[in-house]
Amino acid sequence: MTLLYLAIIIWLLPLLTFIIQIFFGNRLPRKGDWVVVGAMFIDLALALVIFGNVIYKYNPDFRAVLQFDWISLGGQDFPLGFVLDNVTAVMLVVVTLVSALIFLYSIGYMKGDPLYSRYFAYLSFFAFSMLGVVLFENLFGIYICWELVGLSSYLLIGFWFEKDSASDAGKKAFITNRVGDFGMFLGMLIVFSALGTFSLEGIKNGVESGQLSGTLLTAAGILFFMGAVGKSAQFPLHVWLPDAMEGPTPVSALIHAATMVAAGVYLIVRIVFMLTPVSTVVIAYIGGFTAFFAATIALTQNDIKRILAYSTVSQLGYMMLALGTGSYAAGLFHLMTHAFFKALLFLGSGSIIYAMHHALHAVNNDADPQNINNMGGLRRKMKVTFWTYLVATLAISGVPFTSGFISKDAILAGTLSFAGRYPQHFLLPFFGFAAAGITAFYMFRLVFKTFFGEFKISEAREHIHESGKIMTVPLVGFAVFCFFAFYTAGNNSISLSSPGEGWFYDLIKPPEQTAMTAAEMPFSEEIYEQEELPAEPGASHSYAIFLSLLIVGAGIVVSYRTYISKTISAETWAAMYPRLYRGMYNKWYIDEFYHATVIKLIFVWSALCRWFDNVIIDGIVNGSARITVIFSWFEGKFDNIVIDGIVNGIANATQILGWFTRQFQTGRIQNYLVGFLIGIFVIIIFRMM
Amino acid sequence: MITLDSCLIIGAALFTLGFLAVLTKRNAISVLMGVELILNAANINFVAFGFFRSYEIHGVLIALFVIVIAVSEAAVALAIVLNIYRNMRTVNLDEVDSLKK
Amino acid sequence: MSGFDIVFLFFAVITIGSAALVVFSKKITHAAFALMFSLFGVAGLYVFLSADFLAAVQIIIYIGGILVLLLFGVLLTVKISSITITTQSTQRIWGAIAGTGLFILVLTIIIRADWFIPEKDPGDIYFTQSRQIGERLMTEYLLPFEIASVLLLAALIGAMFMIRSEDK
Repeated sequence: MTLLYLAIIIWLLPLLTFIIQIFFGNRLPRKGDWVVVGAMFIDLALALVIFGNVIYKYNPDFRAVLQFDWISLGGQDFPLGFVLDNVTAVMLVVVTLVSALIFLYSIGYMKGDPLYSRYFAYLSFFAFSMLGVVLFENLFGIYICWELVGLSSYLLIGFWFEKDSASDAGKKAFITNRVGDFGMFLGMLIVFSALGTFSLEGIKNGVESGQLSGTLLTAAGILFFMGAVGKSAQFPLHVWLPDAMEGPTPVSALIHAATMVAAGVYLIVRIVFMLTPVSTVVIAYIGGFTAFFAATIALTQNDIKRILAYSTVSQLGYMMLALGTGSYAAGLFHLMTHAFFKALLFLGSGSIIYAMHHALHAVNNDADPQNINNMGGLRRKMKVTFWTYLVATLAISGVPFTSGFISKDAILAGTLSFAGRYPQHFLLPFFGFAAAGITAFYMFRLVFKTFFGEFKISEAREHIHESGKIMTVPLVGFAVFCFFAFYTAGNNSISLSSPGEGWFYDLIKPPEQTAMTAAEMPFSEEIYEQEELPAEPGASHSYAIFLSLLIVGAGIVVSYRTYISKTISAETWAAMYPRLYRGMYNKWYIDEFYHATVIKLIFVWSALCRWFDNVIIDGIVNGSARITVIFSWFEGKFDNIVIDGIVNGIANATQILGWFTRQFQTGRIQNYLVGFLIGIFVIIIFRMM
Repeated sequence: MITLDSCLIIGAALFTLGFLAVLTKRNAISVLMGVELILNAANINFVAFGFFRSYEIHGVLIALFVIVIAVSEAAVALAIVLNIYRNMRTVNLDEVDSLKK
Repeated sequence: MSGFDIVFLFFAVITIGSAALVVFSKKITHAAFALMFSLFGVAGLYVFLSADFLAAVQIIIYIGGILVLLLFGVLLTVKISSITITTQSTQRIWGAIAGTGLFILVLTIIIRADWFIPEKDPGDIYFTQSRQIGERLMTEYLLPFEIASVLLLAALIGAMFMIRSEDK
């Protein structure tokens, strides 16, 4: 339990620094960056303590839970809870390590930004939200932090909000995420209405006792996956991630490569017990297709960060593919390795962009500092960046002795054995292997174009400099974690090539996929047998390694021959398949498709609403106004003529009477006397008669 | 010839003439003269009744008091007229209509 | 018609004629003098009614006092230098109607009235009037007498108070 309290401290520390930073950041020395970065390193230290304890225990069933009541509404309690198990411990280390190094890097990258302190405030807020997602045991708590992650992502993407593209990208990310979150919320409601709890433990018990029918369970699983699709940028909702590259590069590294997008994968890992065969297949296909699809787009892009963004989408697709095909641990493993090498790639790009920007600025050239066609030959100028970048590229391509090789192989082997068992799903390994080859190709294309050859803008060549220590140190730090040894170190040995061994697999045991055994399974009988599926397919390993090595090697060789020795012309290929090329180049027109359908529909609907508002609502309002006006007119007339007539009539009558009587009121006594006399006459005459 | 009726008729004529002066004269002093005539008419009546009907001296005494009152009336009225003149620069009663206001 | 009657008639005519002049004359001084004659005629009538003391008082007070007072009033209020010290009439028609009506009314009353007639002979009181007046004033009419004196005093003071110049 002490470990859990420690974890909660890890969670709350960034919130504290966020509060300090947002309110007092500008008044602190150095605008308070040391507070945030320092707190993050403390977090890292604490996370390592937890991790060390977990490693030491080596207990795959280790699980500490803290439950407490949050609010109580009308007899319905809403408890929240925190959980610390092996997955959490690993995720804590990943998040804090990546965050700490990127925070450190940000000090150099964001130097001189007018909103420097606010940037760090947002960073700690993000760390707080992300750690919350990791720590909460409760779907409700996860959802809260999930939304907070979305919010901080929005704030950070749109950090340079004075640029239209940045603020648009922020909005796009937020709205696209909302679509997924909507699904996730529906899934939560399904679960809650059936089981009356948000607690993962409670849901697991409920699912095991079969309180949720198969159809509902499938629906809930797919809806939860929808949330993950939004957050992890899977195929239909991937459009926001490349645009999110408008944010500062460290943000891209932190949020849109290493941690936040992994939240979707993490969520699926958390709820894997409630996935039915149908939902796993859906996940697998969407993941596999995304992996392949995004890789094809990345082939043709020229913006360095965009390539990496699509590569991220593709790698996330891998993770989903792994989860969908039952290689639960492999997916999580890839999440971890990917976090490090993708963060490294982004930070390296940041370093390049930083150098390019300053060099171009020095010669007043307004060429795009992010376009790889403007680069070249940087390896001589930026040695640290080049070597670390190369390591990361090797890792992402899956070259042996790198972390990426182990994790990716595990996934590919998993899909291969899955397809071996269910031959009708032959497409999944195809997607996986094809994506691996394309990944190797485009990543080396990126490296070749950037670091080899000659610098394209010759006059700026002299101004390219390696970035400062504060930026290169995190690069090196990340590069270290790209080697396999950190992951395969077992209890008492270091395994070189067998992905199924090492501390990770000892710690992370695949959970029983409870839903698979649930009573009502209206779906395919074949999938029903999946309960026999071994957790980590060992049989396919040798094929997988062989195949993947072959494909990756081919990708690298083709890339080398295209961009270094120039024996293959990319232009010729592009000219041979113009449609294919254009499709890839324009990201398969997904954005345009959304524009033409969803956005158009919304516009049409808005126009309809507007028409309704203008014609019907306004008509009613104006009509009633007009009726009121007419009625008022009559009322006014009535008032003017009848009421005023009576009033004025009385007044006029009084006036006339007054005028009449005033004639007697002359003020002359003699006139009065005459009247008096006449009166006397009248009286006497009457008396006498 | 000297009867009560003839005396009364003389008094009535005098009264009527005095009243006519009061009614029609513009000058305040002329009005005062009319008032004197009226008082005299009253006096004639008192004395006549006293002489013809009571064989006592009461009528004469009342007439005496009337004369006294007429004197004081004349004095005060003239003072008022002078005051009006001083304030309004006129003694014409039709221009003195401050009662109207 | 005896000579007594003729003299009585003469006085009556003087009285009423002069009163008519007072009413109808245009000039105020004429009116004042006509009033003198009228008052004089009334004094004569008093003599016929055996009120000799009253006749004397009438001449002394009215002609000697009030009339002079009125004349002074005329002189003080009308600019002497202007020739037209006139007194014009207003509301003649209404005045004529009212006057005529009044006269007819009074005449009707006089004629119609059934006057009380005592048994006593009027001759008794003729030569003892002054003495009787003195006695009566000191006995029976003492209170009215005193009140009249107070009234005179008040009128005196009031007239002086009103007439006094404000600027002093």
